[in-house]
Amino acid sequence: MFEPSFLIQILISGLTIGAIYALMSAGLTVIYGVMDIIHAAHGEYLMMAMYITFFANSLFGMDPYLSLLLTVPITFGVGVLVFYGLILPVIDEAPAYPMLVTIGISIVLQNLALYLFTADFRMLTLPYFSLKFKFGLLVITLGELIAFAGALAVSLGFYWFLLKTDLGRRIRASSEDREGALLMGINVRRMQAISFGLGTACLGITGPLLTPIYYINPTIGDLFLLRAFVIVVLGGMGNFVGALLGGIIIGVSEVIGTILLPGSLAPIVSFTLFIGFLLFRPEGLFAKK
Amino acid sequence: MKTLISHKTILFAFLIVIFLLLPKVITSTFYIHTLIMIFYFGYLASCWNLMAGYAGQASLGHSLFVGTGAYTSSFLLMEAGLSPWIGMWIGAFFSLILGLFMGYLTFRYRLKGHYFLLATIAFAEIMKILILNIRTLGGGSGIAIVLKGDPFWQFMFTQKASYYYVIFIMVIGILLLTHFLLQRRAGYYLVAIRENEELAKASGIYVLKYKLIAISLSAILTSLGGTFYAQYICFIDPHSTLGLGVSVDILIPAIVGGIGTLFGPIVGAFVIIPIAEIARSYLGGGTGGIHLIIYGLFLIIVIVFMRTGLVGLLSRLNILKGKV
Repeated sequence: MFEPSFLIQILISGLTIGAIYALMSAGLTVIYGVMDIIHAAHGEYLMMAMYITFFANSLFGMDPYLSLLLTVPITFGVGVLVFYGLILPVIDEAPAYPMLVTIGISIVLQNLALYLFTADFRMLTLPYFSLKFKFGLLVITLGELIAFAGALAVSLGFYWFLLKTDLGRRIRASSEDREGALLMGINVRRMQAISFGLGTACLGITGPLLTPIYYINPTIGDLFLLRAFVIVVLGGMGNFVGALLGGIIIGVSEVIGTILLPGSLAPIVSFTLFIGFLLFRPEGLFAKK
Repeated sequence: MKTLISHKTILFAFLIVIFLLLPKVITSTFYIHTLIMIFYFGYLASCWNLMAGYAGQASLGHSLFVGTGAYTSSFLLMEAGLSPWIGMWIGAFFSLILGLFMGYLTFRYRLKGHYFLLATIAFAEIMKILILNIRTLGGGSGIAIVLKGDPFWQFMFTQKASYYYVIFIMVIGILLLTHFLLQRRAGYYLVAIRENEELAKASGIYVLKYKLIAISLSAILTSLGGTFYAQYICFIDPHSTLGLGVSVDILIPAIVGGIGTLFGPIVGAFVIIPIAEIARSYLGGGTGGIHLIIYGLFLIIVIVFMRTGLVGLLSRLNILKGKV
C-alpha cells in the first residue's frame, strides 16, 4: 500500500487541493482581517463561480479557464454590492450580526442554486483536462497542474499586491489599525469594500480552477467553507502567509486522514484541532509573538 | 409602581387564559402546528437568551443541546422502552455535562466574540459527525419514534392540542424562571458580567462560576426542548437536530424580539415562525427550496433593519412603559 509512488501521488493530490484551499482562505482572511467579519457565505461564492463556469461551457462552449473573465468581475461586483447594501449597516454591531447576515446570504444562494439547478452532482469533463504528465514516478493531469499552479500563483500574487502596492498598503493599514489609518487620511470604508470584493473575487478565481477537477452541487460551499475556517484559524486570523501555509498543511493532512480513518470521521480531527487552536493558540501557528 | 406591576400581572394572567383556551377555538391542525412551532422556537430562543442575553455569551452551537436531548431520550425509548418523561432528564444531564465542558474550556481561556461563536459551532459539528458515524444511533438515517406502549407514558398524543399544552407550560416555565433569576443576586451578577466583565470581576464577582451557571441552565432547558421536538415530530436525524441551521433558527426569534429582554424571544417567535411555516406549507413541497430562499431573505432583512428587536422598538416608542 505505501509504495513510494503511492505516497507521492497522495502528496500531489494533497498539494493540489491545498493550493485551492489556500486561495479560498486568503479571501476569507482578508475579509476577516480588514473587517472583523466571519464571512459565512464564502463557500457560496465559490459555488456560484463553479456553476457559471459549468454553464458557460455546457451552454456556450466557453473554455472553463476563459470564464475567469466572467466569474472574477461578477464575484467582485456582487461582493462590493453586498458589502454596501447588507454588511455596512451592521458592521459596528456585535460579531454575531454580520455573521448572521452572511449566513442568511448563504441560505438564499444555496437554495436558489438548489431551485435553479437541482441537487444533481455535475462534473465538467473536457478531454484535455485528463492529459497526463509524467515526471519520473509522478503522474499529474493537466487539470490538476493548472489548478495547483494557478491557485499558488494567484495566492502569491495577491500577497505581493498586499505587501508592495499602494492600495495593498492602505488595505493592510486599515486592517492593522483602523483609527490610525483614518488619521492618515485613508478611506477605511472604501478599503473595506475593496477588500470584501477582493475576498469574494478570490472565489471567482478558485471556481474555474476547481471546476475541471471537482464535482459541483448546491451545497459544495459548506464543504469548503468549514475547511477554510479551520485553515484561517490555523494560520492565525487575518494572517495572510499563515493562510497559505495552513491551506497546504490541511490539504495534505486531509488526504492522509481520509485514508487512515474509517467512515466520515476525518473532519473530527480538523475540528478538534480547530477548537484546540482557538483555545490555546488563537494567534495561529505562525505568529511571531 | 406597585399598580404598574399588578397591571402587568393581570395582563400576563389574561394572556395565559387566552392561550390555554386557543386550542378549543382553533380547530385547523395547521394553525395549531404553527402555534406549537412558535412556542417551541420561542422556548429555545428563551433558553439561548438566558445565556446570550443576560450573561452576554452568544453561542452558535445550541443545537448541541437540542441534539443531545433528542438523541438521549429517543434512544432510551426505542432501545430500552424508557419513558421520555424520564429520558428527557437523562438527556438534560448529558447536556449539562457537555455544557460545563464547553463552557469551562471557552470561558477559562476567555474566548470572545468570533472565537466563541466559532468554537461553539465546532463543538456542535463534532457531535454531529460523531452521531453520523455511530450506527446504533441510526447514523445518517436517524431514529424514528414509533408507538410501542401506553401513549401518555411514551410522551405521544393523538391530539396536536396536547403537544401545544406541553410546550406552552414549558414556555411559562422558562419565563418564570428567567423572571425570578433576574430578581435574585445571580441575575444581577449575570447582567453585570454582560455589561462589563472586567468591572464585574473587580467588584468581586466570581465571573467563571456565574457564566457556568448560565450555560448549565441554558443547556439543561434547551435539552428538554430537544426531547419535545423528537416526540412531536417523531423523527430525528443529525442534520435536523445538530446542524448549524438549528442553532441559527434558535437565536433568530431572540434577535427579532430583542436580546436580553424577558418576552423578546417569544414575541420574536410570533413574528418570524408564522412566516417560515406559511412559506413552508405553500412553497415547501417541491424539490427546490423556495421557502428557504424566503426564510433567508427574511433573516437578512430582520438583522439588517430590525436589529434592536421588536421589544426594543416598542419600548423606544414608549408603548410599554417601565422596564421590559
